[in-house]
Amino acid sequence: MSTTATTIDGAVPPKAGPRAFIDRLRDGDEVAHVITLVFAATILLITSLLVYELWVNSHLSRAKFGWAFFWTSTWDPIFDHFGAAPFIYGTLVTSILSLIIAVPLGLAAAVFLAELAPRNLSDSIAFLIDLLAAVPSVIYGLLGIFIVVPLMRTVVGPALKHTLGFLPLFQGPNYGVGFLTASIVLAIMIVPFIISVSREVLLTVPREQREAALALGATRWEATWQVVVPWARTGIMGSIFLALARALGETMAVTMVIGNDPKIRESLFAAGYTIAAVIANEFTEATGDLYLSALIELGLVLFLMTFILNGLARILIVATERGGGHPS
Amino acid sequence: MRKIVLSLLLTLGLAVTASAQSSNMLLNAAGATFPYPIYSKWFDVYHTAHPTIQINYQSIGSGGGIRQLTAGTVDFGASDGPMNDQQISDYKTAHGGVGVLHFPTVLGADVPSYNIPGVSGDLSFTQAALAGIYLGTITKWNDPEIAKANPGVKLPSDDIVVVHRSDGSGTTYIWTDFLSKASSDWMSKVGKGTSVNWPVGLGGKGNEGVSGLVKQTPDSIGYIELVYAVQNNISYGKVQNAAGKFVKADLAGVTAAAAGAAKDMPDDFRVSITNAPGATSYPISSFTWLLVPEKIQDAAKRDAIKDFLKWMLNDGQSFNEGLSYAKLPKPVVVKELKAISLVQ
Repeated sequence: MSTTATTIDGAVPPKAGPRAFIDRLRDGDEVAHVITLVFAATILLITSLLVYELWVNSHLSRAKFGWAFFWTSTWDPIFDHFGAAPFIYGTLVTSILSLIIAVPLGLAAAVFLAELAPRNLSDSIAFLIDLLAAVPSVIYGLLGIFIVVPLMRTVVGPALKHTLGFLPLFQGPNYGVGFLTASIVLAIMIVPFIISVSREVLLTVPREQREAALALGATRWEATWQVVVPWARTGIMGSIFLALARALGETMAVTMVIGNDPKIRESLFAAGYTIAAVIANEFTEATGDLYLSALIELGLVLFLMTFILNGLARILIVATERGGGHPS
Repeated sequence: MRKIVLSLLLTLGLAVTASAQSSNMLLNAAGATFPYPIYSKWFDVYHTAHPTIQINYQSIGSGGGIRQLTAGTVDFGASDGPMNDQQISDYKTAHGGVGVLHFPTVLGADVPSYNIPGVSGDLSFTQAALAGIYLGTITKWNDPEIAKANPGVKLPSDDIVVVHRSDGSGTTYIWTDFLSKASSDWMSKVGKGTSVNWPVGLGGKGNEGVSGLVKQTPDSIGYIELVYAVQNNISYGKVQNAAGKFVKADLAGVTAAAAGAAKDMPDDFRVSITNAPGATSYPISSFTWLLVPEKIQDAAKRDAIKDFLKWMLNDGQSFNEGLSYAKLPKPVVVKELKAISLVQ
């Protein structure tokens, strides 16, 4: 690229032989090009190696259970019968529920910080939020065990039962640990991501956009929701998918509060299990070859789920862009 | 610049030779997490007495220990459950017909810990009660099977919340091994292992996860290691043993269980001592084992491992009780000392 550019410009006359190559190297552009290319290729290489390893090492389990692995709901290491259904269910339920809790919260906070709060306040709160995003997940797990679980058992759970108890979602025994508790802890963990990234994106929306809307007679509220937020839509989506990725893969905090019981239950008070949690829990003591292979296949399933959800995300972004807004 | 590089290389070279001189033998071992505190104490004390031998132990779990040993990446392994026949034949296939020897090192036990509002003092559990609770056939605290062993205790009619380990562990192996002996239903429906398909209950990660859930959840019961219960002052119940007596777990009761089983000790030491005979035996106890290859090519390594085993069986045992592990009974020690000569 750079070489053709320089020759066309005529700034550096072309030389023949090895000298030319050295000159081009000295130029720096070539070096930068090669180095960055290698780094970019590393990512591809790591990803494909990951898939390859998961695929090869899950061979035993794939051969034995086939596609039935996806909808079998028994997980029995003693009688060597493995199915991923309860784990897929638990992973989907907790991630989606945590997004339902975290997205409105995070988005509203980001809008406040970017649009309404004084700059000084906004900056100092943003600093605290970035700190929250860096807290290790085991700390959130402890927060879950010591605060969310008891609250869930004694206050939130009974209140939900009292008001929404007619829904199957809020029936059955409530021990404090389960899908809802795990989702709440996950939501607390991912809210900082949504706020932090969304705020940055909202701040990049050009001033003229706001002024134009206000000049047309829009209220501040209307300008924010009809002009500023749609303009930043792609970036906000990005923050949500970053949060989703963290929720899907979260291990420690989830396993501490979800109850670790591989069953599919419709009640949100019930205990469940997620893919990442079962891998972390059982991998070290998995003695049988088939058992180990099934755990690795679960890893493959998690990879696949992340892949599909990210793909859906891209499609969603493209679709909303076509619907109007700015050509980002 | 060149000088700096040169001097750096020189220092590095010196450091390498120095470290090679100070410990000219490094033994690698990996496996069980349950005995890790006592093993690291032993390896440390042994290294002080024998500065040329250093043992590097990684507590990656029993399953991992067996896998690493079979793969040949460690000099010896450690496991909370004995290797099964399949695993031994896998090992033989991988190592040209050479087998593995099991050496019991210390004893561990599981205890039932519970949290019932309004009930203080030690509850007693029959074997049928524990099996029923974990199978989900006994669901209330005032079930006759629990009540009959605890006359005079006012048990609530609340639902029992069952707690078990979520991570694979030797603790679960001992517990399920005991339940398999206590109940034929358990044996045929669930079985024994480091992780099982639990019929009921919530999973807590590690001893701390289980005891945390039990402490927080009213009307719950869970099983934890005796060591953990003792060190953290957690109260626990009595369990009925094979002789019909209710025994509260302590180190003496665990050693008694091992002594009770010692008479019928097979030559390969692969024996379960849950539900061992004897009036004072605590029924939910188990050995934990070191796994040593029958043939070790490197003569120096072989001698070091054999010497360590000898030391562990004699001097090493005196460190056990300080760390809340039960001692091996004398007959087992004698038998093991003889077995050391099988390492060639």
